[in-house]
Amino acid sequence: MDTIAAISTALGVGAISIIRVSGDDSVKIVNKIFKGKDLTKVKSHTIHYGHIMEGETAVDEVLVSVMLSPKTFTTEDVVEINSHGGIATTNKVLELLLFNGARLAEPGEFTKRAFLNGRIDLIEADGIMNLISSKTENSRKLSMNQLTGRVTNDIKKLRQNLVEMLSHIEVNIDYPEYEDIEELTTEKILPSLLTFRENLQNIIKNSSDGKLINEGINIGIIGRPNVGKSSLLNALLEEEKAIVTDIEGTTRDIVEGKITLKGIIINFIDTAGIRETDNVVEKIGVEKSKKIIHQCDLLILILNNNELLTQEDKELISILKEKKHIILINKIDLENKLDLTELPSNLLKISIKEKRGLEELKQRIVDIFNLEELETKDLTYLSDARSISLLKKSLVYIDEAVHSINQNEPIEIVEFNIKDAWESLGEIIGETYKEELLDELFSRFCLGK
Amino acid sequence: MKEYEIIVVGGGHAGCEAALASARIGHSTLLVTGNIKNIATMPCNPSIGGSAKGIIVREIDALGGEMGINADKTLIQMKMLNSSKGPSVHSLRAQADKITYPQEMLKTLKKQKNLDLLEGMVEDLIVKNKEVKGIILSDDTKISSQTVILTTGTYLKSDILRGSKRTRSGPHGENPSLHLSDNLKKYGFEILRLKTGTPPRIERSSIDFSQTKREDGDKIPYTFSHDISPIYDVNRQEPCYLTYTNENTHKIILDNLSKSSMYGGLNDIKGVGPRYCPSIEDKVTRFRDKERHQLFLEPESLYYDDIYLQGFSTSMPIDIQEKMVHSLKGLENAKILRYAYAIEYDAIYPTQINASLETKILKNLFTAGQINGTSGYEEAACQGLIAGINASRKIEGNKPLILKRNEAYIGVLIDDLVTKGTIEPYRMLTSRAEYRLLLRHDNADLRLREYGYQVGLISEERHQKFLEYCHQIEKLKQKLLTLKLTPSIEVNSILEKLNSTPLKDGITIYELLKRTEITIELLIKNNLLSLDYPKKVMNEVEIQIKYDGYIKKVEREAEKMLKNESKQIPIDIDYSKIKNLASEARQKLEKIRPASIGQASRISGVNPADISILTIYLRKNYNE
Repeated sequence: MDTIAAISTALGVGAISIIRVSGDDSVKIVNKIFKGKDLTKVKSHTIHYGHIMEGETAVDEVLVSVMLSPKTFTTEDVVEINSHGGIATTNKVLELLLFNGARLAEPGEFTKRAFLNGRIDLIEADGIMNLISSKTENSRKLSMNQLTGRVTNDIKKLRQNLVEMLSHIEVNIDYPEYEDIEELTTEKILPSLLTFRENLQNIIKNSSDGKLINEGINIGIIGRPNVGKSSLLNALLEEEKAIVTDIEGTTRDIVEGKITLKGIIINFIDTAGIRETDNVVEKIGVEKSKKIIHQCDLLILILNNNELLTQEDKELISILKEKKHIILINKIDLENKLDLTELPSNLLKISIKEKRGLEELKQRIVDIFNLEELETKDLTYLSDARSISLLKKSLVYIDEAVHSINQNEPIEIVEFNIKDAWESLGEIIGETYKEELLDELFSRFCLGK
Repeated sequence: MKEYEIIVVGGGHAGCEAALASARIGHSTLLVTGNIKNIATMPCNPSIGGSAKGIIVREIDALGGEMGINADKTLIQMKMLNSSKGPSVHSLRAQADKITYPQEMLKTLKKQKNLDLLEGMVEDLIVKNKEVKGIILSDDTKISSQTVILTTGTYLKSDILRGSKRTRSGPHGENPSLHLSDNLKKYGFEILRLKTGTPPRIERSSIDFSQTKREDGDKIPYTFSHDISPIYDVNRQEPCYLTYTNENTHKIILDNLSKSSMYGGLNDIKGVGPRYCPSIEDKVTRFRDKERHQLFLEPESLYYDDIYLQGFSTSMPIDIQEKMVHSLKGLENAKILRYAYAIEYDAIYPTQINASLETKILKNLFTAGQINGTSGYEEAACQGLIAGINASRKIEGNKPLILKRNEAYIGVLIDDLVTKGTIEPYRMLTSRAEYRLLLRHDNADLRLREYGYQVGLISEERHQKFLEYCHQIEKLKQKLLTLKLTPSIEVNSILEKLNSTPLKDGITIYELLKRTEITIELLIKNNLLSLDYPKKVMNEVEIQIKYDGYIKKVEREAEKMLKNESKQIPIDIDYSKIKNLASEARQKLEKIRPASIGQASRISGVNPADISILTIYLRKNYNE
């Protein structure tokens, strides 16, 4: 049987997560990413301490249980990785397993295997079938929700690039006598492949779903001076106990603090730029705040309940329009001078000083990003680790295609890897329509007797 | 009336292969056809082979079919397509002579032991208890048999369409079968209406070829057949010519579009045409910004004057066809000998047949060729061959020969038809084969000859020759594994001359051949290797070595597929009893009734979860 993997515990921060791997190559695959004892040489039913590695970087400190066939749940070789929990880490481990040759388990597949291998009684068969059909329905709904329109569109675009290349190669093969159709040589596709590669890498870096889990959500807090931006930040950080206050990377200069909500990291970003450019050279300020705003997944605008709406406030409100946002009316403990009728209706009224409304704010963030779903339905994470590993696989195939071009392989051999890359991308968005290539071929080229 | 074991209805490319196969295997066979003079005619293009199709012809030959040999005997031009690309997409295409090809085939049929030919129109079947027992001719003659193979081509209720005229007729004015498809419907078959077309034929002497581009055959001789040497003279091949449509042609077409049968000339067209063979009207309207479309002038025969105008199929009325043809460069004074037309005909939904090509509706009835929704001589012939083999095996009580997707284009074709069905005439394309690297021109015999021998179509003598060939391949591979090349100034200077990296350590010739730029021929030429093997053996070994890594990768993928292929689904399974199946999956499974879990998983609309549920259900209820 091929080797399957899945996170088998409900996910949450702080708890131990178990990632289960079952199948012929389970030991071999885990061993590839495990630093510690050589797992292919250990005895059955033993536990080992070590690290899960991504290249030279340790991803997590783990305990690994190796259980060899037949005395296991599925009767196959099973390896269980006890990870230190945390969505990002657990997902990363799963992603590494998938990348190294495991396949994401279908809903109920461990149980199905246990049954097919005679480990579970015949009487339970109906129960298992129920489980599979209900879980499948759940995960289908979830995966539909999960991929945001933008990512889906990006992937669709990438696939379109590839399918155009593929159909052109195919048309050259199937209709070689058509002199009107340009012969696509390996030299000619190389530049397109390199561009494609760059785009794919960008998606992997920026995929908002991957980012959501791996890097968390970036929230920018904007508003005029003294409306309570720092107080809000402090209040939230205090309550949620900030993990770190400065982190490395490109966001170092602007991240003010990090908290976790429903297991997802939330990065708060300072928007001092807007404040400082009040009266100074307009351009620099606009540029910088634009950049910050661009990096944010959500903007929180704070307005002062105790003051009238200024021109500056209005400009800030107009900035919000293209982003997910929340408008906070702070200082409701003070007298209301702000004219609420001039504002959009979905306001949140708070008093940071009196700690009123903070829970509502957090709930609003949770709702906007569907974090509730992410937490309770572990499948969402699974399909995400799956998407990322498929994106990376696709990248590996493109690298191989480029390599085989450099080796002067014929185009239909180079095409192998391009097709694999195309299919991996298709798996992410659930497009595995086999006739797609032919449809493309006949719609783009004019052929026939 | 005489009784037969097998009756084949139809004398086209499918019918000929079917009849020859069953007679050669040793069963008394009758081939019934509307007009014996029209046996194995080529009503459309005058060529055999083409991309992917050429490999099908090789496969037919490997299994012991006739098409390859017959084409070799009668070809007037031969080309290896895609020869600038790698071996997995090489494919032969021949211009076959439309007079001698059918003549030779008829001779072969007439000589064949166990085979009778009869002229007649089959209009019904003898059916008892959902089992076919023979045929009924238009004059009510009944002939009984144990199995019947229908290879009716485009003759089922066919209509010729040209302009606003619809005429009930087979191709080129032949008689169609008027009632057979209605009778099939009566027995429970779902009938599909398809459409195809053919371009005009032009008188050779009326064409000014100096205005066109000449296209010659290859200078290297080839054969489709694995057993014979080239018969033709490479220096005396017939050329084809290339010309183009132009703005004026397009204007004539667009101005008269409503006169075309397909664009308003007729308003009762139900047939679905193939996307890969659009009419010139389709091309001009769908690709409006294309300034010209390529057309080939192909000779039909050495014995008459018709030139086939490939790429110009149309259903315009004849006066417009005249204008269209005369607008072409070199054809200003062309004389049209036969006008183009579209043809509409009945077929059966191929999901109603099993992979053995026996129908699910009527026992002992087999179908092959255009009746199953395909298009093309090669597609038809290979199905005819398989139907002939499996009708024979049915009589003998043997398991049918079912080629898998990783074994043959024939396997891909039949699996596609019976699993996915088709709504347009199905043509083989290399992109339909996911294991294309395994299904090569060069290894058709290695893939299939053993099957041909087992079913009784390959003689002991041919089989021995084949075994010797396999043995030599192994011997040469072993030899190349032991022959070593050590680095020396001389060796490295030769390698550099060949644009290959110089050696640092010793290397086996086997390893060296994995380099793209190194070939056995080059090594021999440069005295780095000396071998005494037939060219065919060296060629095969080189391909196997060079693509070893990729071949193994594809083989691993194929193995995964095969695992599911061996999980059989019982014939009597009742899908309505599996309550967890999604309703779309249940409907599809019920309709197609796949033979294996593998086949089930290829049905669109059947998801992995449905496959899981099906697997568990099978284990629970059948304890597979």
